[in-house]
Amino acid sequence: MGRRLIQIIPVLLGVSILVFFMVRAIPGDPAQLLLGQNATEQQVQQLRAKLGLDKPQVVQYAVFLKDAATGDLGDSIVTGRSVTAELAARLPATVELTAFAMLIAVIVGVPVGVISAVKQYSLLDKIASVFALTGISMPIFWLAMILIVIFAVNLQIFPFPGRLGSDTSISAITGLVLVDSLLTLNFSGFWDGLMHLILPALALGTIPMAVVTRMTRSSMLEVMNEDYVRTARAKGVVPWRVIFKHALRNAMLPTVTVIGLQVGLLMGGAVITETIFAWPGVGQIAYQSINRRDYAMIQGVVLYGALIFILINLLVDVLYAVLDPRVRY
Amino acid sequence: MAEASAGVTVTTGEVRARSRREDFRRAFLGNRLAVFGAVVLALFILMAVFAPFIAPYDPLEQEITSKFAPPSGKHLLGQDEIGRDVLSRIIYGARISLTAGLAAVAISTVMGTVVGVIAGFFGGWLDSVLMRIMDVILAFPSILLAIVIVTILGPSLPNAMLAVGIVFIPQMARVVRSAVITIRERDYIEAERAIGAGNAQIVFSGVLPNSLAPLIVQSTLTLATAILDVAALSFLGLGAQPPSPEWGAMLTDAFKSGYSVFINGQHAILFPGIAIALSVLAVNFIGDGLRDALDPRRRR
Repeated sequence: MGRRLIQIIPVLLGVSILVFFMVRAIPGDPAQLLLGQNATEQQVQQLRAKLGLDKPQVVQYAVFLKDAATGDLGDSIVTGRSVTAELAARLPATVELTAFAMLIAVIVGVPVGVISAVKQYSLLDKIASVFALTGISMPIFWLAMILIVIFAVNLQIFPFPGRLGSDTSISAITGLVLVDSLLTLNFSGFWDGLMHLILPALALGTIPMAVVTRMTRSSMLEVMNEDYVRTARAKGVVPWRVIFKHALRNAMLPTVTVIGLQVGLLMGGAVITETIFAWPGVGQIAYQSINRRDYAMIQGVVLYGALIFILINLLVDVLYAVLDPRVRY
Repeated sequence: MAEASAGVTVTTGEVRARSRREDFRRAFLGNRLAVFGAVVLALFILMAVFAPFIAPYDPLEQEITSKFAPPSGKHLLGQDEIGRDVLSRIIYGARISLTAGLAAVAISTVMGTVVGVIAGFFGGWLDSVLMRIMDVILAFPSILLAIVIVTILGPSLPNAMLAVGIVFIPQMARVVRSAVITIRERDYIEAERAIGAGNAQIVFSGVLPNSLAPLIVQSTLTLATAILDVAALSFLGLGAQPPSPEWGAMLTDAFKSGYSVFINGQHAILFPGIAIALSVLAVNFIGDGLRDALDPRRRR
């Protein structure tokens, strides 16, 4: 385990160097951008000195690293708020959306993958395979818009847009609508939040669902041919027990890794889904900062995004070791 | 994506080349989905090539009075938010979207092959350094990295292709590297070395041709993702710019015209998306078919 932890240090350093230089490579002087076009040369010079932009790149990088480690990534050029505070305020909405999307993906993907593998080449397997391949072939922004057209506009089953109806209010405790509404026993608020959550989560969860289905199916097929599964069958273990206890547990290993990798895709997907559904999360502000050229904010989103992605994949590796005692880092 | 690279363990055997080719042809043509994909993709390519002859209207011609006019005899797929013919835009868009995807894959394939061959063939510290750099690129969620690259270079379609191409280099490099490593130790490489072949000659005559199979599979599957990612960048305003009929940009333009598109302009959303999904699905079918056909162990 220790070795695995040490391994991420060079990656983290590499990521920070890359982000630092990429943001510096963006055309335009940040001081000039902050002050606007009408600033005098002297004002710009003063701000450059204040921001440390007149120091050598190496010194600037060291300062950036220190600031990043303490959570200080500067202020948004547009809102003037601290980047870290803005992102922290928006994080719960994104966490709630992505977690729910992943939940849908796993709840549907794993059982469908198992059934497909157990009944290989059956009609259901073929339908599931085509569906899964279609799932990974759809652009997420199109799927999101189609879901809105069908379920929000034409059938009017789900509300759109946003996270809550205008007449619903929920006292913020954790920032997660579903959790907060339950904590305050606000059941109508919970229902409203849930209904608002389903469509965007479905849009965001479809690709991971397809990937989880495909992965579960292929690793189940591989495991079903293993000696220990054949042994279990031969000694008369009931079929469902063979499938769930002997096969699925081992088949879950690659699936868990894939779920970890999906988190990266989910982040990209969140930018698009949140924009379309007007979901007040990190993805929405990422899109807005791109359009407004808010570099401090973009830097924050990318740096924290990569950090979360690395940590989740670390977590996946730990989980891997728990599921498979043979794996040691 | 990860799944794809994990699944690509194509054996690069060297026995009886002709019968292998025959096996491959049979396996691929026996896969109905793969053949379907190839036919669909061929139709899209024909559509792109002959766009000026097929398209009923100029893709940029506006008819403001017919905003979001539904499909009719004159406009088979209806008109968009400023009255342009959706069908004509999709036909012309095939040129842009498919080329963009192909260009991105070409960039990552070439760069990935160079990195993979150097790392795998020479090994040692060069291998370690190159692969750690690849790890750093992989540490970013791919679309975020692409977004940053385009922000630096400036939003445009060529820059979006470049960004998507760069993002996929590591996967390609890994596939090539592992193929090269298994081939490096083969007897025929030893033999070439023994007769005095230089490194370059060994790489081009011995190593590259024999690592082609996994590379082709990976490139095809990456093409599917690349088309989607270029479209996504266009949707974020970082790729093709209006009034380009690029498929992703068509959806953006419709979306940006306001929420009324969900009520009045449903056809303007539906059809460009179908074009993207269908072409990507076709490429995925082909990729799956190639993988199964090139890997004897995966054949049914």
